[in-house]
Amino acid sequence: MFDIEFNGEFAAFFVFAVLMIAGAVLMVSFTKVVHMVLSMAAVFLGVAGMFVLLEAEFLAFVQVLIYAGAVSILMIFGIMMTHHGDATSETIKPLKETLAAVGAIALFGLLFYAIRDAEFEGMDGGAPTQNADNTQAIGELLFHNYVLPFELVSVLLTVAFIGAIALAKKEA
Amino acid sequence: MLASYLTMAAILFCIGLYGALVKRNAVIVLLSIELMLNAVNLNLVAFSKYGALPSLNGQIFALFTIAVAAAEAAVGVAVLIALFRARGTIKTDEFDELRR
Repeated sequence: MFDIEFNGEFAAFFVFAVLMIAGAVLMVSFTKVVHMVLSMAAVFLGVAGMFVLLEAEFLAFVQVLIYAGAVSILMIFGIMMTHHGDATSETIKPLKETLAAVGAIALFGLLFYAIRDAEFEGMDGGAPTQNADNTQAIGELLFHNYVLPFELVSVLLTVAFIGAIALAKKEA
Repeated sequence: MLASYLTMAAILFCIGLYGALVKRNAVIVLLSIELMLNAVNLNLVAFSKYGALPSLNGQIFALFTIAVAAAEAAVGVAVLIALFRARGTIKTDEFDELRR
């Protein structure tokens, strides 16, 4: 199933995959919270790189701006405002941790089995997108076919941010 | 190449699931959920290039997912700050009032 030819895309994929897996595993294993957020930023950058490989340049830059920029900074703000004393006193619960690890690994095994077993006939990315300009194509699609969802998402974002301000305001 | 991307997304999703289940700091739980959403985005974009009908729709879906995830992160952090004001902690296993 994994019939891989060693070309430039695979090399770049390998580099980004190593970055992402290393970042994610370090995120799980670090003890200081700020370090966890920084390793998550590495994972987000790796995902952005994979978006570039998948010819989704606009999404790649959105990913860098929103995830590696905004969400990471937001999480660091959250930590700074809630966290005092960086000694994360881990009273470890071995049973719970083992159960979670077994569950996650079982889920991965299931997914891996399904992916390995699936038929991807003729799904080798044949037809390139008709428009060379990825951003223009996305904009046209967004404002022709997806106008209503787009407006709904803008309303959702407004409501969510007003709600966030109202929740976090002192003496709300 | 599609199978490689799908496997990568599965790895990310499982690590995020493990983090969301195990971590005690609620901010890190939120971050793990973001990791799982990112894995989903990777799947969507991979299928938008390598799927049976390659088109930009997958990227549009990923854009909407990113917008909703950003709203979720903002509200989540606001809730955590309000919780911290009320209880003085954000350790997930210390919010057990309903269990008593």
